[in-house]
Amino acid sequence: MHYFANPARFTRLAGIIQPWAGALAAILLVVGLYLALVVVPADYQQGDTVRIMFVHVPSAWMAMFCYSFLAVASAIALIWKHPLADLAAKASAPIGAGFTFLALVTGSIWGKPMWGTWWVWDARLTSVLILFFLYLGYMALWQSIEDGQKAAKAAAVLALVGAINVPIIKFSVDWWNTLHQPASVLRMDGPAIHPSMLWPLLIMALAFKAYFVALLMARMRMELNLRRIRALRLAERTS
Amino acid sequence: MDGMGQFFAMGGYAFYVWPAFAIVLVVMALLWFASVRGWRKSEQTLAALRRNRRQRESDEA
Repeated sequence: MHYFANPARFTRLAGIIQPWAGALAAILLVVGLYLALVVVPADYQQGDTVRIMFVHVPSAWMAMFCYSFLAVASAIALIWKHPLADLAAKASAPIGAGFTFLALVTGSIWGKPMWGTWWVWDARLTSVLILFFLYLGYMALWQSIEDGQKAAKAAAVLALVGAINVPIIKFSVDWWNTLHQPASVLRMDGPAIHPSMLWPLLIMALAFKAYFVALLMARMRMELNLRRIRALRLAERTS
Repeated sequence: MDGMGQFFAMGGYAFYVWPAFAIVLVVMALLWFASVRGWRKSEQTLAALRRNRRQRESDEA
């Protein structure tokens, strides 16, 4: 892991990964959207609203994935003082916030015709809303502390405390009575969803993952540059 | 109804299906452009700072 701790080496590697991940995301997205909107048949119960699943579920997975990534990167930054870990955590926050927002909005749009309401204060929806505020709080904390190292530490602690919310979201549909349906893909006894719908769903999920990687590379390079810029300006002032 | 019209009608759920897909694509595109623009700007700022520094160092020498 410390092989990539060298910022110059990381910048070179990120410059290679970013365009490939971006291209992969674009291709998978086109294929996934075609399958979701054209090929997949309308559901016998839900009609065409079932297509919303192909953006809602991958968004929700990414909301959780980004936070898990953010929490692990924060732990690495706190424990091993890895010089890129806090940048990785910081860079992933806006992406996670974006996907959490999308999970909430697409869920709401799907809920209206199927449940008859845009929103209910049940365990799943509320815990995802809390996740969204955790992302916003995390980003605000970075902004509010002038000293970069202190900000990194405070934000990492917040990220780790907030990580308790991730299993709560995952199991909220099993622990509490809720309108939201339980997991149908990531379950112990295999997916309870027909392969004709599972494949487009996985392709969309992969597209979102590749998008995350490309965006993470761009944002980490930006954060690295901003850190160098701060250091240069500081050196100018003191010299 | 023709094939295209049927496709856009989404079985009567066009009002829900299309906005859901549209907002996902819009948010993903905005986040992408904002991030890439931020990165490009940081590259330019850094390059300018380094140019200035070299300039001053060669002036002092």
